Amino acid sequence: MTRPLDLSRRALLRASLTIGGGLALQAILPGVAQAAASEGAPITAFVTIAPDGVVTILSKNPEIGQGIRTMLPMLIAEELDVSWKDVRIEQAPLNEAVYGRQHSGGSNSTPENYMRLRRVGAAGRQMLIEAAAQEWSVAPEECETEAGVVHHRKSGRSLTYGALAAKAAARKVPDLASVKLKDPKTFKIIGQRIPGVENARIVTGQPLFGIDVSMPGLLHAVFEKCPVFGGKVKSANIDAIKALPGIHDAFIIQASEANPSKDPEGLVDGVAIVAKSWWTANKAREKLEIVWDEGVGATQSSEGFSALAAKLLGEAPATVLRNDGDADAAMKTATKVLEASYSYPFLSHIVLEPQNCTAHFKDGKIALWAPAQNPGPGRKLVAKTLGLQESDITVHVTRGGGGFGRRLQSDFMAEAAWISRKVEAPVKLLWSRRDDMQHDFYRPAGFHKFKAGLDEKGGLVAFTDHFVTFGKGGKPANSASTMPVTEFPAMLAPNLRYGQSVIESNVPTGPMRAPRSNALGFAFQSFIDELAHAAAKDPVAFRLSLLGEPRSVPSDPAKPEPQKDFNTGRMRNVLARVAELSGWKNRDKLPKGTGMGVAFYFSHLGYFAEVVQATVSTSGAIKLDHVWVVGDIGAQIINPAGAEHQAQGAALDGLGTALGQKVTLEKGRVVEANFDSVLPLRIDQAPPVVVEFITSDFPTTGLGEPALPPVAPALCNAIFAATGKRIRQLPIDTNLLKA
Amino acid sequence: MPYTIDVNGAKRTVDVDPDMPLLWVLRDELDLKGSKFGCGAGLCGACTVHIDGQPTRSCQVAISTIGSASIATIEGMAAHQIGAKVQAAWMALDVPQCGYCQAGQIMSATALLSKTPRPTDQDIDAAMSGNVCRCCSYTRIRAGVKQIAEGK
Repeated sequence: MTRPLDLSRRALLRASLTIGGGLALQAILPGVAQAAASEGAPITAFVTIAPDGVVTILSKNPEIGQGIRTMLPMLIAEELDVSWKDVRIEQAPLNEAVYGRQHSGGSNSTPENYMRLRRVGAAGRQMLIEAAAQEWSVAPEECETEAGVVHHRKSGRSLTYGALAAKAAARKVPDLASVKLKDPKTFKIIGQRIPGVENARIVTGQPLFGIDVSMPGLLHAVFEKCPVFGGKVKSANIDAIKALPGIHDAFIIQASEANPSKDPEGLVDGVAIVAKSWWTANKAREKLEIVWDEGVGATQSSEGFSALAAKLLGEAPATVLRNDGDADAAMKTATKVLEASYSYPFLSHIVLEPQNCTAHFKDGKIALWAPAQNPGPGRKLVAKTLGLQESDITVHVTRGGGGFGRRLQSDFMAEAAWISRKVEAPVKLLWSRRDDMQHDFYRPAGFHKFKAGLDEKGGLVAFTDHFVTFGKGGKPANSASTMPVTEFPAMLAPNLRYGQSVIESNVPTGPMRAPRSNALGFAFQSFIDELAHAAAKDPVAFRLSLLGEPRSVPSDPAKPEPQKDFNTGRMRNVLARVAELSGWKNRDKLPKGTGMGVAFYFSHLGYFAEVVQATVSTSGAIKLDHVWVVGDIGAQIINPAGAEHQAQGAALDGLGTALGQKVTLEKGRVVEANFDSVLPLRIDQAPPVVVEFITSDFPTTGLGEPALPPVAPALCNAIFAATGKRIRQLPIDTNLLKA
Repeated sequence: MPYTIDVNGAKRTVDVDPDMPLLWVLRDELDLKGSKFGCGAGLCGACTVHIDGQPTRSCQVAISTIGSASIATIEGMAAHQIGAKVQAAWMALDVPQCGYCQAGQIMSATALLSKTPRPTDQDIDAAMSGNVCRCCSYTRIRAGVKQIAEGK
């Protein structure tokens, strides 16, 4: 932030000798425009080559199952030109001043790092070549590299990177902007199926995750928060809890003291119990008696929200987000007008590893071990909570047992830090499953009222949506704020109006895998399916006609950005291919009760079209038969093994969510507490998922999220094809599907 | 209360409450962190171990009920004839995403293949549906079990 701006315009590379005599390659690269504007921090990658040729590459971003710990080092290793078998990977320490942003979110790791980390590797290769050329007194241009060795073919000489590392480290660092990159046709690592680098430790049960942290003298903590959001502790039987066997300490935490600025991720009121084992601490909660002042939040309920949404949907939207042409006038010219209301619930992230953090406060400094997705802001939160300087806080980022956006918020770090300071000992705070489900930053619920008009040929002449979402304290709630004005079919329909109204609530909300898109995709792509059927058109053909000719539709006409703009041609391609792959044109030959549905969605710079085949029994039970996923995420699939995994996982995740997940509020509390009421998809429900990527001449982009949004509407559209019944509310109520 | 239990072929003694679940004995008393806590209610399978060869949710078994039964955990699978094959298949097929559930998946798959060397899809569904993979790596989990069944 205080860094001079010109640094972000220059590319620097530093080399220095490591203790072992190896080459330490430290690159400081300019941030992307967006990152530089918000953080002003450069990105750094770090490579060490040992004399024996072992290459250690630091992976800078948190691993939460998206494969980043494997994929980012592949980029460096490729351009450095080393054998993957010689590469060792370590997690980079949290130091955003050196490494740039170290978050895992928004499918950003690929677009942010694909070119930059390749350049880091290429710079190292160039330095090693120069060192060899000097040794041999030949021109660097006469040298080449292969698998960790520099060759001078003319004279038949070669030297390993390990032997050259010390000399290479002393060389002037090349300008990263002009280092020579490989022709992608010659890639040896990028494009290969590379298994996860921690698989061996995972399958043998080695400690890897935040929950596995252990150290001498470690105490264990639980933190009981008010079941009603915003509630306060009036009193608690602290002395009785402290008297229980095995209890080290128990105390009330008050937000007024621990979070006076009311940071949404900061501490809330509750009671901490610290014990020699987690089991003992958690068991003591059975004896815990807290008198709460539940506050205004106690009046909130899902039922109340739905009733209020219904009322708002009957009125004019509070805000008009977009107004193209004259939708009302065009609607009057339509030969057919459709209206439909859609809704979806609050959702919990249900990461399998519950929130946890180990903290050790000592002598005015604190160390934390956390499965964080966003450790930089986490450290800022801890600094604010404890009144410490960030330089007094060390954060060790562990592997995360799932993330899905939940761990972008660092509330668990603040809690652990506060408790450790209070008891003056290392403490591992671990949430129970109930804590995790009832104190999430939820995917916001939402409500839509659509209206559309078709002409006599089935063409779309008018389209409107009134969206009801949630706000807090007069401000839009996190990840609930304002529907994108570019939401499809915006800019492709001449007469279109999007409006929005906001329900006040204090339910904590936050990003969840494909934020906003995971919900909007369902509503919009389902209603568009209704339009296709109303127009008596093939749902694929109807969508192709809406997309029109291949062209780029600017996301903001005032400042076109080729990558963010919606490219109808790329979407046409994936849609046409998924139809072909799934055997869409033969769907009328499917047995009775079986149907195919299609949907597409553009999010996180990725284009995805998906077909789901499902069978609905007379009892309404849904069997998922098959899923086909076709995506276009640019020119290069970096790690096909990881890419296939992310696309399959995202599609199945979206299906599981549509079938069995919601979070219900009653009297201000979340009702669901475990996996018997929020149902993750299980293996007996999981259909085969065929994944195919179309490579295009566009920059390589990320994959954690964009395969998710089309799958729920594709399923609901398949159910319509199978039964003639339209699902307009998630999760799917199978009672509505009984024959 | 002191209890001596047989874990991965070794006798281990702990002094804990009689109702402490085996999962917490393994994790916090014996420092075997491979078995994972996911739900505390026997609903997710992340804590699956073998008790006398039977796949069991260790968060649901009190230490006082174990007696002389043999407990096997993920840390013991490298020395288990089938377990080692499952681990190798999981590596070869790159099964894990976040990996948090995989210890439990491997314990369930090992128990299945030990009892039923050639499981059908229905056998796999029945044996593995108690193990949640939040990342939905199910396609490769199924492929891993089949690969071993087919002797590849």
